[in-house]
Amino acid sequence: MTGLRNKNFIKIILSKTPIILLFVSVLNDYDFNHLGLKYFSFNFSYILIFYYSLKKSESLGYTYIFIAGLFNDVVIGTPIGLSSLIYLILCVAASYLRNITLRPSLLKDCIFFLFTILIINSLLFLSLKFIFNYELNYFDQIINITFTFLFYFLFSNLFDFFESYFVSSNNAG
Amino acid sequence: MESSRDDFVIALRSAFLKKGTQQRFSLLSLIFFSIIFLILGSFNFKIINYVKIGITEIVYRSSFVVSVPENLIKESYLTIQNHNKLYKENENIKSELEILKAKDLLNEFIILENQRLKNIVDDYLVKSDTIIAKVLSDKGSPFLRSIIINKGSKHKINLGMVVMDGAYLVGKVVEANYLSSRVLLLSDLNSKIPVIVEPNAVFSILSGTGKNHGIIQYSKKYEDIKNESVIYTSGAGSLFKAGIPIGRMNINNLSDEKKVEFFSDFSQLKFVKVVSFKKSENK
Repeated sequence: MTGLRNKNFIKIILSKTPIILLFVSVLNDYDFNHLGLKYFSFNFSYILIFYYSLKKSESLGYTYIFIAGLFNDVVIGTPIGLSSLIYLILCVAASYLRNITLRPSLLKDCIFFLFTILIINSLLFLSLKFIFNYELNYFDQIINITFTFLFYFLFSNLFDFFESYFVSSNNAG
Repeated sequence: MESSRDDFVIALRSAFLKKGTQQRFSLLSLIFFSIIFLILGSFNFKIINYVKIGITEIVYRSSFVVSVPENLIKESYLTIQNHNKLYKENENIKSELEILKAKDLLNEFIILENQRLKNIVDDYLVKSDTIIAKVLSDKGSPFLRSIIINKGSKHKINLGMVVMDGAYLVGKVVEANYLSSRVLLLSDLNSKIPVIVEPNAVFSILSGTGKNHGIIQYSKKYEDIKNESVIYTSGAGSLFKAGIPIGRMNINNLSDEKKVEFFSDFSQLKFVKVVSFKKSENK
């Protein structure tokens, strides 16, 4: 009986892992800033949201993404609602790609991801610079986009591995 | 041609309106909510402000808890790095200490003399109130440089108060919540403060760059600014008390940029002093 309860608990934790990761990443900013690398930063939340909206849309509810966006705005100090909007546009792009894709491939996903983050970062940059009068460094944004795109390959494979070996095996068992 | 346009519209409509099995709201309605938040937030709408304050208190506290594992890794990494430098640093510090001890005696005399002279010329002396605050999180995002501290309006923290790391200036309070506050660091792109470059007393503006250094701007006497010159607050505009040390000039011959290396390492802040300066009556 206790074993069954423990198994159910692990199953729940594993199924909620993407949500936990999303909130931890917006509260904590996994971008390795502490290494003090001058030309390195990436946006883990974009990768997580795009991957799970594309492959496992039931794992990451849109409402949670919306709330995570509000949290992110408070953490980094941008106008409230802006990150939510950006995250949701990312979800729209992922959902659109899911609807039109017959044979999924990582390369196509990556190219579409790059196209999407270029658009949403441009939108973010324009709105922060021209509507909300924030000073931003254009070069930092480009670096952030480049590394976010490159890291999509790595994290996509990691999430695939996690889903197939942990979540699926646990559900089957 | 017609059918491909139809497919595009169907796929897009489905992306916006279709709800999954566990989704409560469609993407379109949530996007609509976000836009409402943004618009009402920019007009300082009361309800949005209350929502923001609520989220702020939750986020700042939970951010501190969530940051614990990352901070642990960060600290271990820095400890190892520091150990490597320890021996060499110790040797340098020993020799510097001898020089500083001698200088300290001279300083004490100069401070007393300065106070006496101020009394004679009827200038005002500055009195300060200090609040010690713990840094809850340092969100060194690539775009914004700020820290969150665990003291707010409850502890008499007000907007514009000066934040210091020991004797060095690190920034000012830009957001005061009930139990926490946000401090805009000098390295942020939006930070611009009046400074004086010594020796030669060049008045200028120190701007943040979004990196770990600042730059000197809007000065008429660039040629008088030498490498290794020290930057202090000028006190102009009554934003800060005059004479708070900030950093040292690091002029690279290869570029025209007047770079300032801050005395304080903003990535290592754990406790800071929040200070308000007032004029005190002359004795």
